[in-house]
Amino acid sequence: MTKVELYRKGWDMVEFKEEVSIVLGGAAGQGVQTVEEILTRVLKLSGYNVYATKEYMSRVRGGINTTEIRVSSKKVRAFVKRIDILIPFQRGVLPWVEKRLTENTVVLGERENVEEEYLSKIKFVEVPLNDLAKEVGSSLYLNTIAAGIVVGLFHGDFEVLAEYLRKRFGSKGEGVVAKNIEAAKKGYELGVKLCEEGTIGIEVRKNESVKNEILLSGTEAVALGAVAGGMNFLSFYPMSPSTGVAVFSAQHAEDFEIVVEQVEDEIAAINMALGAWFAGARGMVTTSGGGFALMTEAISLAGMAENPIVVHLAQRPGPATGLPTRTMQGDLNLALYAGHGEFPRIILAPGSIEEAFYLTAEAFNLADKYQVPVIILTDQYFVDTYYNIPEIDLDKIKVEKHIIEMENDYKRYKLTDDGISPRGIPGYGEGVIIANGNEHDEYGDITEDEELSKLMQEKRAIKKLETIRKNAMMPELIGRDDAKYMIIAWGSTYHVIREAFEILNRDDVAFLHFKWLYPLPEGVKELLKGKILICIEQNVTGQFAELLRKELGVDVHHKVLKYDGRPFSVEEVLEALKGVLE
Amino acid sequence: MISPMLFEPNRPGSRDVAWCPGCGNFGIRNILKSAFAELNLKPQDIVIISGIGQAAKMPHYLNVNGYHTLHGRAIPIATAVKAANPNLTVIAEGGDGDMYAEGGNHLLHAIRRNPNITVLIHDNQIYGLTKGQASPTTIVGMKTPTQPWGVFEEPLNPIALAIALDASFVARTFMGYFKESVEIIKKAIQHKGLAIVDIFHPCVSFNKVNTYEWYREHTYWMKDHDPYDREEAFKRAIESDPLPLGIFYIHEKPVFEEEVAAYKKDKTPLWQREPRLEEIRKILGAKRAF
Repeated sequence: MTKVELYRKGWDMVEFKEEVSIVLGGAAGQGVQTVEEILTRVLKLSGYNVYATKEYMSRVRGGINTTEIRVSSKKVRAFVKRIDILIPFQRGVLPWVEKRLTENTVVLGERENVEEEYLSKIKFVEVPLNDLAKEVGSSLYLNTIAAGIVVGLFHGDFEVLAEYLRKRFGSKGEGVVAKNIEAAKKGYELGVKLCEEGTIGIEVRKNESVKNEILLSGTEAVALGAVAGGMNFLSFYPMSPSTGVAVFSAQHAEDFEIVVEQVEDEIAAINMALGAWFAGARGMVTTSGGGFALMTEAISLAGMAENPIVVHLAQRPGPATGLPTRTMQGDLNLALYAGHGEFPRIILAPGSIEEAFYLTAEAFNLADKYQVPVIILTDQYFVDTYYNIPEIDLDKIKVEKHIIEMENDYKRYKLTDDGISPRGIPGYGEGVIIANGNEHDEYGDITEDEELSKLMQEKRAIKKLETIRKNAMMPELIGRDDAKYMIIAWGSTYHVIREAFEILNRDDVAFLHFKWLYPLPEGVKELLKGKILICIEQNVTGQFAELLRKELGVDVHHKVLKYDGRPFSVEEVLEALKGVLE
Repeated sequence: MISPMLFEPNRPGSRDVAWCPGCGNFGIRNILKSAFAELNLKPQDIVIISGIGQAAKMPHYLNVNGYHTLHGRAIPIATAVKAANPNLTVIAEGGDGDMYAEGGNHLLHAIRRNPNITVLIHDNQIYGLTKGQASPTTIVGMKTPTQPWGVFEEPLNPIALAIALDASFVARTFMGYFKESVEIIKKAIQHKGLAIVDIFHPCVSFNKVNTYEWYREHTYWMKDHDPYDREEAFKRAIESDPLPLGIFYIHEKPVFEEEVAAYKKDKTPLWQREPRLEEIRKILGAKRAF
């Protein structure tokens, strides 16, 4: 311990109260993720609220990836730009996060990882991680030491850390476990020392109830929600940032007893999922914009054949390959207009981890009931973000199957008042089913009849759409319904805007968040009437604002847009709002 | 034995058949009805997933479950239908354009995946519904409206391709031979694994070369051929004139529905299942700890 000399450059103690934003940065493959995993789990089990999100480059090795971990007394669930404590695992991290550094940012780490020009701008604590790791036996222990330091800064429960390391490295043998615990102890003691010496002061309260909470990511919430909603068939072609849902599902496929199949292309993926639904299963595809573009013909088939389908579309910036590992809400229009011809669809976009779980589960009932494509829009930021949530209530989940036993003379496309024809499946009942991508008569056979063609178009694109609209979910209103200003947002930006909204703390501003994007329920217009509307979106053109105009004839007054592939931060939203509000 | 008439539909829309008088598709329909009857299958248990084209209209002219889908996409849909309910007899059906052009990639990967389905390709070596353009199996030199200079691309050899990829069951027939075709299709349906049957049939409207007479003159039935001998099968597959008919190759191996996690412990079709919430509970429990 005594070998370590801390480098301080004449500054007083830096104190963080109620909340600390810690950022880890390093090259892909350097173990940033290991430190993140140790910290989030150990700190949560010590009773701290934790939130984590990552940004990474589209490469396997090298580059710079960073993870932000917010540790807080109260629950925080949003990305902040500000970095309180930065641990760079290599050179280049500080320039990469330059705009996020403040004069109070404490940088912990090797001297060689901090470029000279930053020394005067930040508060540097030199920690020779490599030397410490070698003292333990190998530079492999560097990550564990770093994690230990942070846990020490919080005076976290060391036994929890040790227990975690036992579990994590248990399979590698007792020697490895012992070395890791030794490394963690070294780091931990150093962290405690930094506090005691008055270098860093952290005052974040622990909360007993947090210990038992669930640490869940957007990816996991979508996958688990799908399974809870009855998903038993997942076909996919890997594409960032949607692949995590497939990875998670595949790893648990035997527990869930479901089909998870990586197929030759996205076209096969969605056609398979259509086939699964046709035979009575509940199918889903998980993809991103480019993959979904390939699926659009099958989306159109789903519209015509009235074949249910659930699509998880994790957005990233386009066009084309765009920024494969970054975030954007740029594919709303793609989801809205995908597929030739006119037919209804449902578009959803969860705003929180809990919502992702429940909404994804519900997507399967909606697809089954209305026999339409249900598209769940998330994005890289959303799927790669996680935090502790109090509970997931599985009793809230109801799998409502809308399959009927077919009688002889069964008509798959029976004309009904609400546009919904009872759906049979092959092998169930006395009748047979004829489904068809061609225009069809009530039985499903090809028709070119003038009157019937018209009736079938109206059944799908008017009657069914209106039935869905009548049952659409209303947006969540936060604040007063008579506020002068109304912030409008959808999907993943929920918590970022909410935190900014709470800091803003103004009675004349309300926030309306949409998780159900299309078709919009009638009642929305009333909520927007007479207000100054501020639409916040992560795209270039304001696609949701455009949808409001198209659907409701409502024009927003201000658009706050971000499209650099990075998530909105609380600070950015706050600043933008202040610029707009009188 | 049940009557092939059981598979004759009485839906109003199935009466106006869109095939040309004399079209080979009529013969294939009769072959299917007889094959189903001889196998004692019930209409409710059979599902035909078809792509797009004249061949793909088959579900409308039969009394079985059917799904007339997209060009080229019958195979992935059929694969999933079988995986969702392995009790069903599943057939993917389409023409040479459907299966070898637009859906070519799916065919390759279906061979790798080996679902227990039957793939029937109505191979008339021309595009019918779009009116006479060349298909992947059109012979070199044939002049068409879109290849007025004569086709110069080498035709695809689906049999050789399938054997090269070690497909589970590979056969070819000519629909003009009724009895033999019924037998081949019965064997294909009964075969456990992906069964590919390339069915020669004339297009009376757009293919003036490959006629009924042409197929009779330019094909022969393989005798004393061992379908379990892959090298021998491949030698037969690359013969060009006359073209061999019969079962070229059989390789029994595990099928997709047996490999997937869904059926490791439980054989219940997916539609009859409920989500395993206790497993979700376990995972959520683990997420409370480490």
